[in-house]
Amino acid sequence: MATHTLDARRLLCPMPVIRAQNRIKTLAKGDILEVTCTDPGAKNDLPTWCRINGHEVIEIETKDDDIIIKIAVGEA
Amino acid sequence: MNKQPKAVALISGGLDSMLAVKVLQAQGVHVEGINFYTGFCVEGHTHAIRKSSQKKEKRNNALWVAEQLGIKLHIIDVIEEYKEVLTNPKHGYGANLNPCLDCKSFMVKKAREWMDENGFDFIFTGEVIGQRPMSQRKETMPIVAKQCGSDERLLRPLCAKLLPETLPEREGWVDREKLLAFNGRSRKPQIALAAQFGFDEYAQPAGGCCFLTDEAYSVKLGDLWRQRGSKNYDLDDIMLLKVGRHIRPRDHFKVIIGREEGENNFMNGYRKQFTHMHATSHNGPLALIDGNVSSEDLELAAQIVARFTQGRDTDSVQIEVNEKDNETPFTLDVVPLRNDDIPKEWYL
Repeated sequence: MATHTLDARRLLCPMPVIRAQNRIKTLAKGDILEVTCTDPGAKNDLPTWCRINGHEVIEIETKDDDIIIKIAVGEA
Repeated sequence: MNKQPKAVALISGGLDSMLAVKVLQAQGVHVEGINFYTGFCVEGHTHAIRKSSQKKEKRNNALWVAEQLGIKLHIIDVIEEYKEVLTNPKHGYGANLNPCLDCKSFMVKKAREWMDENGFDFIFTGEVIGQRPMSQRKETMPIVAKQCGSDERLLRPLCAKLLPETLPEREGWVDREKLLAFNGRSRKPQIALAAQFGFDEYAQPAGGCCFLTDEAYSVKLGDLWRQRGSKNYDLDDIMLLKVGRHIRPRDHFKVIIGREEGENNFMNGYRKQFTHMHATSHNGPLALIDGNVSSEDLELAAQIVARFTQGRDTDSVQIEVNEKDNETPFTLDVVPLRNDDIPKEWYL
């Protein structure tokens, strides 16, 4: 289980979702992906994408303008 | 086929694709969705940028629809490939810069590639004959199917009974008798079917879900192409056309002025790429200057920007100018242009 990071700042949805989706394809089940975004829409869109595709959002943290969404990778 | 048939649905986030999925799910087909991001999708962008909209719920309708239907959704970035579709459409543009027919062919072709790579059996869409003036006509539907090389494996469940039989029907993967014969612009059959399926909430995008169908946006994009002498663009170009007032006082430059805090914040991210200016003596917006400008041009741009500050009715507004590639800003003291001094044709 490894932790990976993805910088999706300044990208508007759905680009943070697309970047996370493409990155998760390269990761193993149980890995953690921390996505840093600035578009508030990502707070809804990434969890929705995770729910329908079998991954789990374990934490959403806001630091100044950054939104950090931690995803536990599920089955492919 | 003994195994469960697998189909990929083009999901826009609207009601029609939602209904088409439901119709095939009811026949036992395994469905997954695909959604293409061209950069011109309206989906959430304006809300994300504009401060005044930030209290409204933000959701991506394609994702929301997929969750309601219990299907996986694959969102594909086609920004680069889409440039050829937009700049050189074989079937031309619609009322604005919308290349709907070529766009549909492109998306079905991409879905076909995805289908082959992922071991799916056919593609389907929520199209209805006569629903859209360009891409959803009985005469144009076969063009889309042929151009994308998928005519045998492209099903339109909502109007299939009005179209020639396709492979999924002939092979018995779906029962043609249980497909539909919707036709025309009326939404009543869709609304009735939505009620039958128990959908009490769905997106009804007015005027489509693409900025290219929007007249004001198309004017700005056409202006960008004219000024460049080519139809080149990148993602930043098309994002910036979605924000601010665009004023072109001279052929060789335009001024992009934020209309509210959310737009100013968004444009702030582009400061390093553009000469930019803002008022220091009064509250006012951030402005980006697109083009190579002389000191005379900067003076004019500053007068225009001053017009949109709280000092618009005064005789003096200080504007700080930050030139691209020059870290030292300087200040111009200008008289704001009066409303009548900005000709209507400068506004894009």
